[in-house]
Amino acid sequence: MNFIVQLSYLIAAVLFILGLKAMSSPRTARRGIVWAGVGMVLATLITFLHPAVHGVTNYILIVIGIAVAGGLAWWSGRRVAMTEMPQMVALYNGMGGGAAAAIAGVEMLRALRTLPDGLQAQAQALAADAGISVAAAEAALRAEGVGSASVAGALGSDVAILAILGALIGTVAFSGSLIAWAKLDGRMKRNKLVPGQQIVNIVVFALAILFGIMTFFTDSIAVVAIFFALGLLFGVFVAVPIGGADMPVIISLFNALTGLAVAFEGYAIGNPAMIIAGTVVGAAGTLLTQLMAKAMNRPITNVLFAGWGAQDGGSGETSDGEMRDVSPEDAGITMAYAERVIIVPGYGMAVAQAQHKIWELVELLQDRGVEVKFAIHPVAGRMPGHMNVLLAEAGVPYDMIFDMEDINEEFGMTDVAVVIGANDVVNPAARDDASSPIYGMPILNVDEAENVFVIKRGRGAGFSGVENKLFFNENTRLVFGDGQKVAAGMVQAVKGL
Amino acid sequence: MAIEGFVAIYIFMLAGFAGFEVISRVPVILHTPLMSGSNFVHGIVVVGAMVVLGHAETVAEQIVGFIAVVLAAGNAVGGYVVTERMLEMFKSKDEQKKGAKE
Repeated sequence: MNFIVQLSYLIAAVLFILGLKAMSSPRTARRGIVWAGVGMVLATLITFLHPAVHGVTNYILIVIGIAVAGGLAWWSGRRVAMTEMPQMVALYNGMGGGAAAAIAGVEMLRALRTLPDGLQAQAQALAADAGISVAAAEAALRAEGVGSASVAGALGSDVAILAILGALIGTVAFSGSLIAWAKLDGRMKRNKLVPGQQIVNIVVFALAILFGIMTFFTDSIAVVAIFFALGLLFGVFVAVPIGGADMPVIISLFNALTGLAVAFEGYAIGNPAMIIAGTVVGAAGTLLTQLMAKAMNRPITNVLFAGWGAQDGGSGETSDGEMRDVSPEDAGITMAYAERVIIVPGYGMAVAQAQHKIWELVELLQDRGVEVKFAIHPVAGRMPGHMNVLLAEAGVPYDMIFDMEDINEEFGMTDVAVVIGANDVVNPAARDDASSPIYGMPILNVDEAENVFVIKRGRGAGFSGVENKLFFNENTRLVFGDGQKVAAGMVQAVKGL
Repeated sequence: MAIEGFVAIYIFMLAGFAGFEVISRVPVILHTPLMSGSNFVHGIVVVGAMVVLGHAETVAEQIVGFIAVVLAAGNAVGGYVVTERMLEMFKSKDEQKKGAKE
């Protein structure tokens, strides 16, 4: 039986890697997730035959757990709107981290349980041999240091170290991801829990490391429990100060961390499928996190330890000049007579559910012979590529969608650039104003276009609270209103021509 | 099956390279689905959760093991569903659906 189990894990690992590989190209992506899914189902079913699994109650608990949680996850994953995908990824990712930590928890409980058992058995044997009472024999054994056997003694040093590391990473990923979910879902607004958050974070982290080391040597359940609690607390403290544009980076980081935790726990329980799948995700997720942090020109340490919100959204110099606005109809007509139009969508477009109207507008413009492209900043939306998914949902073919590097030079030759629901990623202050908090972040050079229309709900500053100089430029016109209604107005205007 | 020290390090190393390789040439358009897909892949933690619950012998172990199975199953199933839904959008152009959600 063990052979079949191991073989199924090998097949699953191969399918995971092939599946991820296929997912990295638009043409094969849908195949990829199916392959990985087949691997998962295979590994899960065959695990019922695993030689270590025994006991009717345990089998029943496993089936109930998978059925209930799987059913709930299926239902919630099906009904969630596309705009809410990032927080669902955060939520499911956190569950994976929590599962890895719980595996470590069970292993430590087992280790602690077998310790006194071993001591009892030895004490009874000694008592019988030497003709003394069991209590006296136990005391003698403890004096010789047998009773001070530890988690590490029961599990083996290598297993104990990786189980403890995996538990720490898993608990942090669990509570951190839940906070990320709560923040993205609008259930949590605050950026601070305690005064001096950064120092508190360092102290909590140091304590967690300390208790992790103590867990290695301890035979006390209390120490292990405190260690887990500190891990959970640190995850909360890390995630709370992070907000705004840093959110996708932190979700990606937690994703990579969960992969690592799964790999470590895989070593602890001798499961190669978990080691391979976890490490692949850990490596891929780390690279993805780096790509995202680089796109925002923020070292990952800044994201973790500074937190945008902590700077009170301090803006650079305030702009003089005034905003000039224009009606949706006028903007639409200008676009209809343009030769080249570039549309720059941001998360605000998705919130207003304007992508379908925008695509309708684009199709009308294309019928008139206007060349239309979409320009996507690497961090548009709430996760890299999120905007692409939202546009794809509306039916925009992916060959009309361009990355920042590919399209940035074209703005100078563009008649109309339309910014809808984006803000920081088109703020020229990031390029020109060294005093701006977002200085150095690569932006889309929208301001080089001949005309710029910015569709905006109100006059306030955006998500990160930084004032946008683009809005005050000579060639910029603001179209105030709800994104969907403005787009509908533009469609009407173009249709009426 | 126990995996001894150095063999485990080789597995970690090779799997790490595989992970870097898989993602190094991915277009931005697929970053979110890929993050979601890798989120699904670490749902394999469900098999580990099944094993530890399967060999639990005390009530405490069963409770923590059950938590592990519940969380892991949520990770695996939820990860699959959202990834599959995102990739659903990458159908060929003739299959485009319009106004699916208003």
